[in-house]
Amino acid sequence: MKKILVGVKRVVDYNVRVRVKPDGTGVALDGVKMSVNPFDEIALEEALRIRERGQANEVVVASIGPADSQQQLRTALAMGADRALHVQTDSTIEPLGVARAFLKLVERENPFLVIFGKQAIDDDNGQTGQLLASLWDRPQVTFASRLELGEATARVTREVDAGLETLDVDLPAVITADLRLNEPRYVKLPDIMKAKKKPLETLSLADLGADTREHLRIVRVGPPSQRTKGVMVKTTEELVEALKKKGLF
Amino acid sequence: MNRILVIAEHAGGRLNPSTAKCVTCARAIPQAEVTVLVLAADGAPVAAQAATLAGVARVVHTDNPANAQPLAAVLAPQIAALAGPYSHVLGPSTTFGRDLMPRVAALLGTSQISDIMAVDGDRRFKRPVYAGNAIVTVEVTSDKIVGTVRVASFEAAPAGGNAAVESAAPAAGIPTHTRFVSVSAGKSDRPDLQTASKVVSGGRALGSAENFEILYRLADRLGAAVGASRAAVDAGYAPNELQVGQTGKIISPELYLAFGISGAIQHLTGIKDARTIVAVNKDSEAPIFEVADIGLVADLFQVVPELERLLGAG
Repeated sequence: MKKILVGVKRVVDYNVRVRVKPDGTGVALDGVKMSVNPFDEIALEEALRIRERGQANEVVVASIGPADSQQQLRTALAMGADRALHVQTDSTIEPLGVARAFLKLVERENPFLVIFGKQAIDDDNGQTGQLLASLWDRPQVTFASRLELGEATARVTREVDAGLETLDVDLPAVITADLRLNEPRYVKLPDIMKAKKKPLETLSLADLGADTREHLRIVRVGPPSQRTKGVMVKTTEELVEALKKKGLF
Repeated sequence: MNRILVIAEHAGGRLNPSTAKCVTCARAIPQAEVTVLVLAADGAPVAAQAATLAGVARVVHTDNPANAQPLAAVLAPQIAALAGPYSHVLGPSTTFGRDLMPRVAALLGTSQISDIMAVDGDRRFKRPVYAGNAIVTVEVTSDKIVGTVRVASFEAAPAGGNAAVESAAPAAGIPTHTRFVSVSAGKSDRPDLQTASKVVSGGRALGSAENFEILYRLADRLGAAVGASRAAVDAGYAPNELQVGQTGKIISPELYLAFGISGAIQHLTGIKDARTIVAVNKDSEAPIFEVADIGLVADLFQVVPELERLLGAG
């Protein structure tokens, strides 16, 4: 059985402009629309395409989070994942704890490929994939924009500051998806109905026996400093004048 | 005393300016003693450059043919093996550091603190979340602190240092499961987008890769780097390495000229540390005008040639 494991995180929808709570304890999440982390959708799409090409038999999605994370797992099942694992916890688990829990899932499921989004758009940490690859002592390819699978290796192109870098890695490996790896499919209504019948297993962190102790303590959450609105000019000449005044032209 | 190990970023025998910015962040930590670590096939030339950064006490280079390319899986065990005496291990929040540093953190048994934008104490840092819509203050409670430094938040450490240079050969197993194949870099005679003092940037309104050429021309006139919005990159008008924003490059130039960029929050995240933002857009309602220091509601295809002409006259 050739399995791909995909990590899915429930996050505030990317269209929502979050507001910091006045007491500095976090951001206001009441009644805010939640979605699958967009990079995780790309990760899942890639896994589905690999399965559809016949290079994998099963796509398993997993999420670590509160009971409501099952909504996002159902979305992932509707997109086409075969099976979902929900590690339920009401605590906020930091990236190392998530990676340790995923290592336990990897030991259980034995995938030949693990795909994550390159970052979650809520905490913007961008480290779970690398942490898992390190703990697992396997290759990592971050910011992937193209993935070609061989029998025991993968050739992956990644978006780096200099341009595009290509690596060959032995499998199993961890890949993190960048924006241009693919365009995720839309979920159709019949697929949502079908997804309700697909298996979704709930586990606890205790079941997995993963160490999720904290290393990063949030002291306070504040608003960013705001830029002040500037001046409007009417012509290119006025623009040049304004820039000259600032010594920038 | 806090002993800080800064992992140098370099390519082609040249130290990347991101390293000098990490040094400034490291020096903001109380009682910091800063060591720069260069991992390379032949690290001496890069180490010599790092030794001239003011505030660097020591430069260590670790030479190994396996270090010819910056593969995270290859470098991380060597860094972890050398990390023993250090309280903090820092790298830049560039694709180099974002790939590498979490791999180091896991080996040292901690989570990474990502995108440090300010130092609030020995183990207290500020970092952006939600695309910069909130700033968290984080206290790191693990023995070792591993972090990436948001390079747009720090000035480069000036020259004027004269650090001792030594070499080290850490006892670390180097994996062979990850192999470099190639890197295709874009045109390199323009200033580097991440460190340029001026940036000319375009959005979807450019309409095509051919039309983007007018921005390259203007940039060359100004000695500026070229950037692009995600929309422009997704549409194929500009290559991926030009993308500015939450998931692209975070930059802090003196001057950012945005042409035909509407200003999605994810894009604004990437430019809000720019000294002066200029926005040219046909749509007077475009959100970019909310953050622009100078705004002009006009057609970029008219404004760009006029700017070029006025530059020529000046």
